[in-house]
Amino acid sequence: MTGEPVIKAFSERTRRVADQTLPTDAWPANAAPSDLISPGRKRLGRALMAAATLGLLAVIAVQILYKTEVDTIGFETWRPVVYAYVLWGIALGVGQVLTRGEDGQRALFLLPALLFTIAMVIFPTLFGFYIALTDWNLSSFSGRKFNGLDNFWQMLADPYYRNALFNMVLYVLAVLVEYVIAFGLALLLNAQIRARKFFRVVFLMPLMLSPVAVSWMIGKSLMEYRFGPAAALARQLGWENPAFFSNPITARISIMVLDAWTFIPFMMIMLLAGLQAMSREVLEAARVDGANAWQTFWQVTFPLMLPVSVTAIILRIIFKLKLADIIITVTSGGPGGATDSVSSFIYREYRDRSNVGYGTMLAMAYLIIIIVFVTWLLKFANRFVRNVN
Amino acid sequence: MSVQTTEYAASEIRSPASFFANRLFIYGALVFWAFICLFPIYWTITTSFKTAVDVTQGHLIPFVDFRPDWKGWRSLGLSPDSIFRTSTVRDEFIKRFMNSVITSVGASSLAIVIGSLAAYGLTRYRYHFAWFKNEDISFFFLSQLILPPVVLALPFLVLYREVGMLDTRIGLILLYTLMVLPIVIWIMRDQFNSIPVELEEAALVDGLSIWGAFFRIVMPIALPGMVAAFILAMVLCWNEYFFAALLTSTDAKTIPVMVASQTGSQGINWWSMAALATAAITPLAVIGIALERYLIMGMTAGAVK
Repeated sequence: MTGEPVIKAFSERTRRVADQTLPTDAWPANAAPSDLISPGRKRLGRALMAAATLGLLAVIAVQILYKTEVDTIGFETWRPVVYAYVLWGIALGVGQVLTRGEDGQRALFLLPALLFTIAMVIFPTLFGFYIALTDWNLSSFSGRKFNGLDNFWQMLADPYYRNALFNMVLYVLAVLVEYVIAFGLALLLNAQIRARKFFRVVFLMPLMLSPVAVSWMIGKSLMEYRFGPAAALARQLGWENPAFFSNPITARISIMVLDAWTFIPFMMIMLLAGLQAMSREVLEAARVDGANAWQTFWQVTFPLMLPVSVTAIILRIIFKLKLADIIITVTSGGPGGATDSVSSFIYREYRDRSNVGYGTMLAMAYLIIIIVFVTWLLKFANRFVRNVN
Repeated sequence: MSVQTTEYAASEIRSPASFFANRLFIYGALVFWAFICLFPIYWTITTSFKTAVDVTQGHLIPFVDFRPDWKGWRSLGLSPDSIFRTSTVRDEFIKRFMNSVITSVGASSLAIVIGSLAAYGLTRYRYHFAWFKNEDISFFFLSQLILPPVVLALPFLVLYREVGMLDTRIGLILLYTLMVLPIVIWIMRDQFNSIPVELEEAALVDGLSIWGAFFRIVMPIALPGMVAAFILAMVLCWNEYFFAALLTSTDAKTIPVMVASQTGSQGINWWSMAALATAAITPLAVIGIALERYLIMGMTAGAVK
């Protein structure tokens, strides 16, 4: 009943259950037999695809030769290669339809997204791994130099990077607190209240607003230690010197609060949907059995909400791992790198020091850490949900 | 059963006192959180009408604490008295604003088109690309969600420079499309899965082609889902800062970058800053209030089956 979609989506790979539920197995059986396509049309399609591929390769080859100054014919930028790729993609699509008929038409649904994603992800990532192995500072004139694993050793010895990674651990842990608050809010919105729609819109508001604009206003003026209302309130409550961003610990907490303010609605909406999908009968039954509200929550609501909760938490963690804009605008990593997330640290590595090679090495290392962590998280969550239910 | 329910109903309203305490707690919590959500927005909007003195003295309530002043909006060229005069700041602002509109609408549209097609294909047909099956392809698309922007940012910086797309709107549109594509595919897959296959089978029997069935039969039904995905994508693109900050400088700069770069050398002009922030968040605030239903639909797609 409750499909934990993230986990399922990601673990569909391991191909267990998901597929038997898809309604697709049976019906493309009426596909046009391929022998309805005339050989001439097939030949035309193959020729088209071959010509397009050759054309693309030719453009790339010419451009490489030109850039390495072997020949003098070529283009100023690599942009024609992009056009060639787009044309190649179109030719590939047409060729599919020509050679494979209805099967080709089906492939046409998937091709645009696939070609787009491959071009935009695979190639830049591979290129990124290459850049990571070079000494390349945009502000120096010496250009790009291959330097093997130097960046890697430098990274291992970099205390600021380690600190940024440690901060990411703290920031990710803060998700649990956000979850508790979001759950509370979802329960409130699910209670018998008036003006539910009004409160839902209001609670959703922070998610809509530009984190940069809002964190700027909150972080730099609302929490300004001289005149900001938040500081005034803190003084009222007995905090002598409410400088939210000058002490490493309070600065980190302030960043977490700012980020939580933006993203709590996201978890809240997912949890609310889970609560609303829960069957009333189960809750009634629990009450009939004499459970009070507290027992009902812990023994019925919470276990039933577990799959949705896990989904919400995992999605939130994935978003959290990208955290950068708030830190860049409010503290720029300060004081002394105490609030840096990995992303904001790399951002400054590039912005302040134009250090492309080293920055990319840090980013690639982060990518690998994230992939390992998220894979583990999904496995763990999968097992956790299955054990409890 | 009926006896028991009345018993339960009776025990629910044990005593008026505890009932009211319960209500009081619920509404108190609701109002408290509403305050937390709205106060920063209130602060931003009111600050845009303050003069320097009002900001530094921490005045809060207009007309009571301080007299509203158009100072912030005038510095943007958007106050009543300056709106018809030429203003370089306003021109700049409008340019950034249009950049944001074009990139977010462009990227969302592109993502909806290719994302819906892919999601439809993945829910209805079986594919084999080399050793990749449907599940692997879905996983490939969704796994892009994990990819942090910082991994792509620097390679793209270099590539875009080579391709001549640095500081162009089309460059940003492509990246934003990539960013929201997994979310769009996710939402649309959920949508298409909820549409019975029999509809298309009937359409095919009636002589429509595969694509004809998709456009004439499936798309109209899936339209609400598309709107939901589009709006969610819009929100993400409009608020995106990281790529925009790295990959644009003069031509294609978007609103968030303009907001973040306001810390001038002569200190911060709170009032103009607040006016700018207000202008930056207003479009989405309006969308959020008007189309809240779709947003929620998009966010909860696939969360609950």
